[in-house]
Amino acid sequence: MAKQRIIEIWVGLFVAAGFAALFGLAMQVSNIPVFQTTEGYDVYLRFENVGGLRPRAPVTMSGVRVGRVKSIELDENTYQALVTITIESRFDRIPEDTSASIFTSGLLGEQYIALDPGGTDWFLEAGDEIALTQGALVLERLIGRFLTSMGQDDN
Amino acid sequence: MASDILVDVKDLCFRRGERVIFDGVDVQIRKGQVTAIMGPSGTGKTTLLRLIGGQLRPDRGTITVLGHDVHRLGRDALFRLRRRMGMLFQSGALFTHLSVFDNVAFPLREHTDLPEPLIHDLVLMKLQAVGLRGARDLMPSELSGGMARRVALARAVALDPTIMMYDEPFAGQDPISMGVLVSLIRRLNDALGLSSVVVSHDVVETAQIADRIYVLSEGRVVESGSPGDLGRSDSAWVRQFMQALPDGPVPFHYPGPSLEEDLLGARR
Amino acid sequence: MTGLLALLGRKTLDSFSRLGRGTLFLLRAMAGLPSLLPRPGLVIQQLYSIGVLSLLIIVVSGIFVGMVLALQGYNTLVNFGAEQSLGVLVALSLLRELGPVVTALLFAGRAGSALTAEIGLMKTTEQLSGMEMMAVDPIKRVVAPRLLAGFLAMPLLAVIFSFLGIMGAYVVSVATLGVDDGAFWSQMQSAVDFREDVMNGVIKSLVFGFVASWIAVFEGYDAEPTSEGVSRATTRTVVHTSLAVLGLDFVLTAVMFG
Repeated sequence: MAKQRIIEIWVGLFVAAGFAALFGLAMQVSNIPVFQTTEGYDVYLRFENVGGLRPRAPVTMSGVRVGRVKSIELDENTYQALVTITIESRFDRIPEDTSASIFTSGLLGEQYIALDPGGTDWFLEAGDEIALTQGALVLERLIGRFLTSMGQDDN
Repeated sequence: MASDILVDVKDLCFRRGERVIFDGVDVQIRKGQVTAIMGPSGTGKTTLLRLIGGQLRPDRGTITVLGHDVHRLGRDALFRLRRRMGMLFQSGALFTHLSVFDNVAFPLREHTDLPEPLIHDLVLMKLQAVGLRGARDLMPSELSGGMARRVALARAVALDPTIMMYDEPFAGQDPISMGVLVSLIRRLNDALGLSSVVVSHDVVETAQIADRIYVLSEGRVVESGSPGDLGRSDSAWVRQFMQALPDGPVPFHYPGPSLEEDLLGARR
Repeated sequence: MTGLLALLGRKTLDSFSRLGRGTLFLLRAMAGLPSLLPRPGLVIQQLYSIGVLSLLIIVVSGIFVGMVLALQGYNTLVNFGAEQSLGVLVALSLLRELGPVVTALLFAGRAGSALTAEIGLMKTTEQLSGMEMMAVDPIKRVVAPRLLAGFLAMPLLAVIFSFLGIMGAYVVSVATLGVDDGAFWSQMQSAVDFREDVMNGVIKSLVFGFVASWIAVFEGYDAEPTSEGVSRATTRTVVHTSLAVLGLDFVLTAVMFG
């Protein structure tokens, strides 16, 4: 029966290794939702164009992640994109006149929202809207504008 | 008298594809006796055991074992009935991944809740009966053919069956292990109060231990009776079989065109 | 011409009858699963021969696949100055596709073929028949524990494969390719989602484990009881499992990530 015991130990090790690997994947490789179902408050933003922004994209301030994009919808009255972001509750001192822009991380990376702090003593609260926004830069439009200005210079 | 009959095969017909294996076979196995089913190779003797065990279904006819019609039983009832039947396969069919001890313990562990020390004692007793108590820790691959068959025999009687079925127990054995098996089958039959069915084509050995012999040929029982009766049979066929003559009613040549025709035909 | 048509017809009927037999067989095996509850030892034994004995090939392949992915990915990404995303590339490829699929293919070759050969040989040597005559149902006693063990072992093996692959990629990227340590992990973490990527990969490998063990035990049980029949069945196990895994992977990917 000693052989049986060795087999049991090996199987125990195997199962433990499997769960350890899963745990490793959860903690080290992915952003496990259990630890960051962002406890926080929702703030609204309107953009002319969200470009390639997707739900769950990061929201950063000075490069530090403070929240995530919760949803992206179309406001059918203004035909603007209505973006809801969730800011973690520990960042509760973000000035009301903060501005937001959509940037791309790296040349081909994913898009995210960067917040630029304003200067008032009033802080954002749940349900507020950030009024100052700068939508995503669409490459084709940029090139078009560049070409037009080149043409004007020539004249 | 009727309660004396443990296995009653009536008007059995069985076909495998186009080939007719049995065509109206009647066999009765009586309590306490060693009954032998004999016949040349390919007469479906093994098939008969599988039909009795309920592993195959007949095309016609009934098989009654211990008062139950085998082929009308549900799965559970059939399994309960099989616990009272032991079967020794030609190959032994030992579980290659289990030791001799665990092989014999297998049916005990599967079907009883006996504590391990008791199983240990029972297994050693069964192994003692076949003379292999000392081989308990060997693996089946380390056994000779005769030893493997004896272990399989110990395993088959582990649950103290009422009926033991032997499939070609003597095939491919050297004279010594053949002798051992011959006496074992008879001894176990009498000592444990079993009834035995031996399927074989080894005439001499089988005649030594059988109380009654059925001779099968071409899907029918051609002769039955005690070994002495069969020796005096006036059927040429039975005589050829019992005395192992090379030619007779069963021709030496497989049927086909005559030799002359074949040879001349090839030249054309 | 008619000969060809007849052949096609026969093959089609043949595959249908195999599929039918396979399904019935699976149902019987599943019905046998509850009888394993009081006897976990049977499953542990099989987890050993299916899972533990496959570990070596899984560990080695996992590390090497990860390292090769890192080298190849780096060469492409560095052209765009995006070598920071190497971790993302490796992790997503492994978790979503390579982990489950390559593990299943290796499983078919290592454990599946062994299962088929073992059951086929038990059939050839009348062990299954003998078991039936001892009033023990071989589907409950032999097939069900193997099916369950295969189903349980596959996701564990796949997770180990992916994890070690990422570790192998990490070593190559950071130690030899000079990717920034922090960027490697942080980019990965922000791009890899636990439920979307990790769990979907695990679900994939559960499906693969189920199908691969089903095919393996069925081919063994259905094998012609000759040595030639068993060797043919073993080959069929590897081929059919590989095809089934690749086909199912396409379907699952379309459903999960499409």
